[in-house]
Amino acid sequence: MIFNFPFIAVIALIIIGLYAMVFRKNLIKMVIGITIIQSGVNLFLITLGYREGSVAPIFTSLPSGTEIPQGMAFPVPQALTLTSIVIGVAVLALMLSLIIHIYRHYGTLDVRKIGGEK
Amino acid sequence: MSFIDFLLQHSPALIVAIPLLGAFLTPLISKINNRVRNVFVILIILITTILVMLLASDVFSGNIHTYVFGSQDLTVPLVRILFEVDAMSAFMAIIGSILLLVSVIYSWSFIDENSGLDKYYTLVLLLAAGMFGMMLTGDMFNFFVFLEITSIASCALIAFWTNKGKAVEAAFKYIVISSLAALFILFSIALLYGQYNALNIAVLGSVIQFSYLDKIALVLLIAALAMKAGIVPMHMWLPDAYGRAPASVTIILIGATQASLYGVFRVCFTLYGNTINLSSASIGWIIVLLGLITMLIGVAMALIQSDFKRLIAFSAVAEIGFIFLGIGTGLTLFANNQMFGLIGTTAMSGGIFHIINDSLDVGLLFLVAGAVYYATKETSLDKMGGLARHMKYTTIFFIIGLLAISGIPPMNGFASKLLIYESTFQLNPILSIVAILSSIMLLAVFVKVFHSAFLGPALPKFNGVKEVPKTMLFAMGIIASIIIIFGLFPDLVINNIVDPAVNALINYSDYIREVIPTFTGGF
Amino acid sequence: MNGMSRIVKTIASITFPLVMIYGLYIIAHGHLTPGGGFQGGAVVASGCAMILIAYGSVWTLGKIKEKNLSILESVGAICFITLAILGLGFGTVFFKNFLIGSEIIFGIIPSFGSTISNINTAGVIPLMNFAVGLKVIAGLFGIVLIMAYASTRRDKY
Repeated sequence: MIFNFPFIAVIALIIIGLYAMVFRKNLIKMVIGITIIQSGVNLFLITLGYREGSVAPIFTSLPSGTEIPQGMAFPVPQALTLTSIVIGVAVLALMLSLIIHIYRHYGTLDVRKIGGEK
Repeated sequence: MSFIDFLLQHSPALIVAIPLLGAFLTPLISKINNRVRNVFVILIILITTILVMLLASDVFSGNIHTYVFGSQDLTVPLVRILFEVDAMSAFMAIIGSILLLVSVIYSWSFIDENSGLDKYYTLVLLLAAGMFGMMLTGDMFNFFVFLEITSIASCALIAFWTNKGKAVEAAFKYIVISSLAALFILFSIALLYGQYNALNIAVLGSVIQFSYLDKIALVLLIAALAMKAGIVPMHMWLPDAYGRAPASVTIILIGATQASLYGVFRVCFTLYGNTINLSSASIGWIIVLLGLITMLIGVAMALIQSDFKRLIAFSAVAEIGFIFLGIGTGLTLFANNQMFGLIGTTAMSGGIFHIINDSLDVGLLFLVAGAVYYATKETSLDKMGGLARHMKYTTIFFIIGLLAISGIPPMNGFASKLLIYESTFQLNPILSIVAILSSIMLLAVFVKVFHSAFLGPALPKFNGVKEVPKTMLFAMGIIASIIIIFGLFPDLVINNIVDPAVNALINYSDYIREVIPTFTGGF
Repeated sequence: MNGMSRIVKTIASITFPLVMIYGLYIIAHGHLTPGGGFQGGAVVASGCAMILIAYGSVWTLGKIKEKNLSILESVGAICFITLAILGLGFGTVFFKNFLIGSEIIFGIIPSFGSTISNINTAGVIPLMNFAVGLKVIAGLFGIVLIMAYASTRRDKY
């Protein structure tokens, strides 16, 4: 049971993020929603790579007696998470700069007062 | 080993690497001179196009190319990044390279008056690298990375005219939708990775079980990729983005959208290929229904638009519906061998052929809309009129695009739409009735545009309007000539390009066997 | 954005070298310990962002131009791709680690198992870390700098 807690947290994070994206009227809060979903997905990836009782996969500083590679946490999901974080930084910066531009044009961040094309 | 062989062997990596290198060299080269920079970008895209053609000509003759990064040998379990090019990938790469080449030639004059052009060209080349990466990769996570590169670059390009509030708003809508879609894709990749401990499409395809988690992953993947491709319930970003971006960007965006469509097909046919007998009927019908809704809503919304580019954007939505209808019909019948042989392959070649036709037709119309905007600085159809008197070549290109998109015989749209009509009629007559109806409505939409923009008396405010520069006419001419050639010799295209792609989708086991030679599934 | 008080400026000046050293250490040891180009670059860029907040964007833009940062970023990316293409030239395939096993820089193959770290290993990976680090420092700091500058301007279109 205790090992299922991260997965419950993943689902909770994704649902909170979707809620923020759909129901919040402020653009910045929508962006926060996206980053929360992203944290949920990253947590999911990291959790997948964890083995019970394993150590960090640093080859040169393993405690003596560690089995290689069974005793180490799986490093590939961590690499995937890192890539996803890097991409997330770029997307976040792009979204915020677009928000700055939107604020200059419309003078507001309320989605109900922006745009509205047929 | 000759130089051509060397290029051929390494072309999957070079097709992505050369635009990427060019993208980061562009800011340095633009310090010299603007003209040098434009020539450099066109040269980079030209080299990439030649490599794509070289690779495609070899792939269409029956070889599947694999390329492992950083190592020469292919060992299982795969921990390296693998590119795998079969006929379907090569087919998509051809479309992408044609659109890119046309776009950079068109940009020479079209975007010339704007500032920040070195960033524009950097983003175009980045978008090219991302698009080709999506089409050529054989690794799910790599697909996600390239998808994100594509969406970041195209979002920044949509907002290129930042002095227009609507453009920035469209870009924000696009980046929200596409980052949400990308996160769904990452989540489903994680679901698959947690079960099968593999990221490679071929390895995953060989072991997939269609368990409960796999079904969740399939639904998430199809929903997210359909979101990126502009299928109707998730299409609201597409008209904004296509309508507000510069025309030279819109035509590349078409390629990026098609790359997402390619992702849908790759997931349905190859990743879930081993379990396709279980999934085909239900998933196939869902795709057919999505295609029908997409067609109807697309044309219905196009009828009421008064903005030139936005109208074309809605008809682009409708055209994607045709592709989904064709491929969905093939997928529906996949488990039924006898029926599939009769109509499934026809439907699929119609759908696949329509991918290239759609991108050419819609691309040409967008370029015409961009030319009209360049000459008159006007986007609203209500304020246009009599433009045929001033811009005769543009008018001719518009007529070609009009005939092609509504499927009138001498143009290429007719060939693929006919294949779709005749095969869907045998599955269910209602499908083909809806398809023909939306095709007729498309004709009505564009005849209305033709009448209101190009015909009629000469308006006094357009007295100074001249024909657009030669490079823009040349770019439109390339597409128009391809449209006419495809329309006159459709059997040549179907036999040499489309059929290998269809066979690559159907015989998914070849794709898997290229990586795992001992795989014994499929037929 | 204007600068903050003298206390903040002094503390930021004192801690800035420490942050820089830590970040550069993470970049340089990327092939031995957790870290690498992106992580170290992010640390260095956040150190630069600290200076930006303490001294204000106007002062910082007087010291370093956004154009130079964008050139640095391009150079980082070009180095990375060039290393990958050199793998095609000197080695056999794209991204081939052509320095490993050679006796030139970073060329030693370490013995298997838990040994003492040798920084002179791993072939082109440290070089790629440097390239990525350069790109990330320039890119992230450029983003923060431009955003800080843009939010000071109150004008509308």
